[in-house]
Amino acid sequence: MHAALAADHPLVVQGMTVSYGERPAVFSVDAAVPSGSMAAIIGPNGAGKSTLLKAALGIVPPLSGTVTVFGRPLAEARSRIAYVPQRASVDWDFPARVIDVVLMGLYRELGLLRVVRRHHREKALACLERVGMADFAARQIGQLSGGQQQRVFLARALAQNADLYLLDEPFAGVDAATEKAIIDVLKSLKAERRTVVCVHHDLATVVDYFDHVLLINVRKIAEGPVATTFTAETLQATYGGRLATTHIDQLKLPTA
Amino acid sequence: MLSPFVSALLLQSGYNAALVAVGAALLGIAAGSGGAFLFLRKRALVSDAVAHATLPGVGLAFMVMVALGGDGRNLLGLLLGSALSASLGLLIVEWITRRTRLAEDAAIGAVLSVFFGFGIVLLTVIQTMSRGKQAGLEGFLLGSTAGMLFQDAVIIAIGGAGAIATIVLLRRPMTLVAFDAEFAAASGVSVRTIDLAMMLLVMAVTVVGLKVVGLVLVVAMLIIPSVTARFWTDRTDRLVGIAGLVGGASGYVGAAFSASAPHLPTGPIIVLVCFALFLASLLVAPVRGVLAALLRRRRFQVLVHRRQGLLSLAHGEPIFDPLTLAVLRRSGLIRRDGVPTEAGRAQSAKVLRDERRWDIARQIYQDDAVSGRYDGLTPIETVLTRDEIAEIDRRIGSPSVVGGAA
Repeated sequence: MHAALAADHPLVVQGMTVSYGERPAVFSVDAAVPSGSMAAIIGPNGAGKSTLLKAALGIVPPLSGTVTVFGRPLAEARSRIAYVPQRASVDWDFPARVIDVVLMGLYRELGLLRVVRRHHREKALACLERVGMADFAARQIGQLSGGQQQRVFLARALAQNADLYLLDEPFAGVDAATEKAIIDVLKSLKAERRTVVCVHHDLATVVDYFDHVLLINVRKIAEGPVATTFTAETLQATYGGRLATTHIDQLKLPTA
Repeated sequence: MLSPFVSALLLQSGYNAALVAVGAALLGIAAGSGGAFLFLRKRALVSDAVAHATLPGVGLAFMVMVALGGDGRNLLGLLLGSALSASLGLLIVEWITRRTRLAEDAAIGAVLSVFFGFGIVLLTVIQTMSRGKQAGLEGFLLGSTAGMLFQDAVIIAIGGAGAIATIVLLRRPMTLVAFDAEFAAASGVSVRTIDLAMMLLVMAVTVVGLKVVGLVLVVAMLIIPSVTARFWTDRTDRLVGIAGLVGGASGYVGAAFSASAPHLPTGPIIVLVCFALFLASLLVAPVRGVLAALLRRRRFQVLVHRRQGLLSLAHGEPIFDPLTLAVLRRSGLIRRDGVPTEAGRAQSAKVLRDERRWDIARQIYQDDAVSGRYDGLTPIETVLTRDEIAEIDRRIGSPSVVGGAA
């Protein structure tokens, strides 16, 4: 990829290989997410979707490969990225209130010693308002339902006020109301010309929610606009025999 | 017994006792609040490995100091030696966890026992040495404050204050890493550095605490205060503060207690005081305490029986459950012979209406926000607005008082 092209892409991953032990979870994947897009990373279980996202964020060390964010190395562009991990990755009995978790999103602003002031709290509350959770600000996080937990994580990412949002399965195991609340927020981010990348598992909603798609199964299978890339052929190539033909038919995809 | 204890509490039992009490309180604050982060990170047991790994360092430092011509009793030298061997133990635990397939608990077990065993061997060798003043070295095992010097107290005070300053400085990244290490890493926080800082903090507290509570028991001062604090709060900042208070109070009271009874060892007494605070919190803490949970359950049970009883009255069914009968009788809803009173009839009509409204509401509102609130006890008026209830009532027709015989 040329440097000029990388500069106007929010996220460019080149030759990324990540391995736990001797078996690569992600092998030599290239990807370039266009500016202002809603991108989905799709693939079967164990295809390395989450691993790719974590490697792009520097959470897991890659064996090889580079990450470029808005044309700069990852370390220089961290302040422009917000991250929503899987909600199952933390212990929800942790002693914190909803607002405390959202305030964690302001860490870069607060630093080590700055005092949390009223405008910080108001900012956090505004983020909770956006996900419909303002009334829950003082709740202990252990009392939240799964969907509410996911909304709190999204609010924390909103507090980071980033240009690139990376979300790991934001719709996994949430109720219908939460799914709608989350997609509304993501669409509003897109309307603000911010870029959103989701690891996504529900093939039925890909066409509705996203405009760019990356299909992977350890290796990259296909990448491009949903309209031309999310086809029966590429899905078959990604999922192999694991996806029944009837299932693909139900998606009513254009055939390439 | 009591009056020497009180005078020790008021620092009136002499210079040495006052020194020990203040030193133990400072140590307790540092250990309690520092250990809180370890507890939140779910790595409390690492402190046990660190504590036991100090022993060979104490022995080797003594030997080196004697070889250099001293008497081997310099506390600073001994603590320095213990810090070095504790660091080595810590690094080995870290290395085993990262580089091999062994889990952290296995690494902790291995390091803890090997270092402790080696330390005991060194202490035994030291007992047979002809030079140096080896008496009192075994005090590092269980703590000994009898011969505490002013300079020892100063070392503890400086160490404790340094630990507290570190906690204040690093509280945010440590909280971030403890709650969600992946998010912290994505935000640019180096998780390894913060983990290492957390461990160094614990090591500093352990080393400083060796003289007062000893290496076997210092782990209690790191963990019990935060476990105790967890009963009282749902907020991280408060948990750290309360843990510091619990640790400080235990140190102070325990030291005063052992000063008033010279034959009682200081370290174990401090730990027992700390445990007493834990036990009290376990029992009486609001919300999370055992008694509070029992009371809550009991109150809920009474509400359920009251509701069920009223519904039975409304349907004219007989009630057999003795608790239900007792609950209804106590609140004047039925007479001694089981016949509903005026109030009982009114209440049962109301409950029946509420139940019918809920039935309709759960059909209309499919979402969690309304139907999820149905627990058979919450009155619908607290969940829906008046116009919404009016719409439901339109569907069921107006309520009628249910009468008579039970």
